[in-house]
Amino acid sequence: MSALTVQHLHKSFGKHEVLKDISFTLEKGEVLAIIGSSGGGKTTLLRCLNFLETADRGQILVNDECIFDADNPAEKKQREADIRAARLHFGLVFQQFNLFPQYNVLKNVTLAPTLLGRGKPDEIEAHARELIERVGLTEKLDFYPCMLSGGQQQRVAIARALALSPDILCFDEPTSALDPELTGEVLHVIKGLKSGDSTMVVVTHEMEFARSVADKVIFMAKGVIEEMGTPEEVFGHPKSPILQGFLNKGNQF
Amino acid sequence: MFDLFIEQFPIVFKALNIGFLQTLKLFLVTLLGALPLGLIISFGSMSKFKPLSWLVNGIIWIVRGSPLMIQLLIIYYFPGMVFGHNIWGTGEAGRFLAASVAFIFNYACYFSEIYRGGIQGVPKGQTEAGQVLGLTKSQIFFKVTLLQMVKRIVPPMSNEIITLVKDTSLARIIALQEIIWAGQAFLKGSQGIAGAIWPLFFTGIYYLLFSGILTILFNKLEKKLSYFN
Ligand SMILES: Nc1ncnc2c1ncn2[C@@H]1O[C@H](COP(=O)(O)OP(=O)(O)OP(=O)(O)O)[C@@H](O)[C@H]1O
Ligand SMILES: [Mg+2]
Repeated sequence: MSALTVQHLHKSFGKHEVLKDISFTLEKGEVLAIIGSSGGGKTTLLRCLNFLETADRGQILVNDECIFDADNPAEKKQREADIRAARLHFGLVFQQFNLFPQYNVLKNVTLAPTLLGRGKPDEIEAHARELIERVGLTEKLDFYPCMLSGGQQQRVAIARALALSPDILCFDEPTSALDPELTGEVLHVIKGLKSGDSTMVVVTHEMEFARSVADKVIFMAKGVIEEMGTPEEVFGHPKSPILQGFLNKGNQF
Repeated sequence: MFDLFIEQFPIVFKALNIGFLQTLKLFLVTLLGALPLGLIISFGSMSKFKPLSWLVNGIIWIVRGSPLMIQLLIIYYFPGMVFGHNIWGTGEAGRFLAASVAFIFNYACYFSEIYRGGIQGVPKGQTEAGQVLGLTKSQIFFKVTLLQMVKRIVPPMSNEIITLVKDTSLARIIALQEIIWAGQAFLKGSQGIAGAIWPLFFTGIYYLLFSGILTILFNKLEKKLSYFN
């Protein structure tokens, strides 16, 4: 049984086809790293998985159950409630964190479970405290986002996403908005999640991280999966000339 | 000289209080009408239905781009010239009604731009973060974006409301008997007092006190919202 199956996903903005026939599968507990140069469609793919964009064609299956089928006209007009139910299979950590500024760390993490009625208030809070400890921010429980560093904010965002226990947690360049000295702490937290059984999709420009953490790597270019394989295959023996160029360019810096 | 002042003061004070009451009434009626109407206009100006947003933005442009005094005069006199009689009713009540309509419409247009700035100023990422967490549209509005909008709206809104305090004096142009009218009356001669300029100066104190109190209140509100950004 695969945790996530994406089949023939297409997405266009106007005439511009940003995703062209994207297909891949991911087993439970696996980490998928998506790399690729700017404009390749990585963010768009994550946004389609989280239903912030609606794919034009293709299917998304979670645990072998179809939760989205753009090719089935009956399902095309999904109701807002259906979309909300489907998107709860996924969590998304944004490049820009997007914490709720008017709430402190604890409330940021408890807000969604509380509003969705995921248990009693004290259970929700206990779970939130656990998650906040897991990202190493117990001392900052009652801090507001504006009082935290970028790295700390991103760790809160990770705890917030975990609070709903999504089947698949997606990260869109979680460290790109951070100062170089802060990327380590966030990557460390993400690495720590791997020991649990969270299935993760991580879009990243941190090649070392992708190499050491991922079970599977996808290289995207111009809306297609140019190459896919284990880190060893993709980084050690790149076949596609575009990927070879991409990896060499990275090495020059 | 001072004796005369002591003698005149109670008469002036009473007249100014009556005038100020009219000023206050116009102020409150304007707020009561313009705050909700402005929100409706701002939705119109942001409408995805282009003809509506063009029309609304055109109206906002005209209202904000021309003096309130002209709008007051047109709203008060123009219907009478078209229909051949004064639709606002006679006397002070009619003038008050006309002034209220002009002020509400004018200020609603200013407020709509403030609402729009507040609504559009909340980053899209906030709504998306709420969506990804499975919240409904109304949960996102009430629990995520509303307070952030309010925080953005309060400072420009307080400026505009303090301007409104002073703008109410423009209603004098259609002879509404607000506080400036009451102060000026003593210059021309009223209740046995003529040629006295000091009551007019004295009206300024009312405005200062009024806007001063509002400033303090708005500052308190802004401080309350300053714990996040
Ligand atoms: N809402 C949109 N409307 C129109 N075009 C869009 C939209 N979102 C993305 N695009 C276009 O789709 C293409 C892919 O964008 P996307 O953000 O998915 O790339 P990316 O791989 O995440 O790039 P980066 O590494 O810079 O984040 C780009 O050419 C972009 O301009
Ligand atoms: Mg991107």
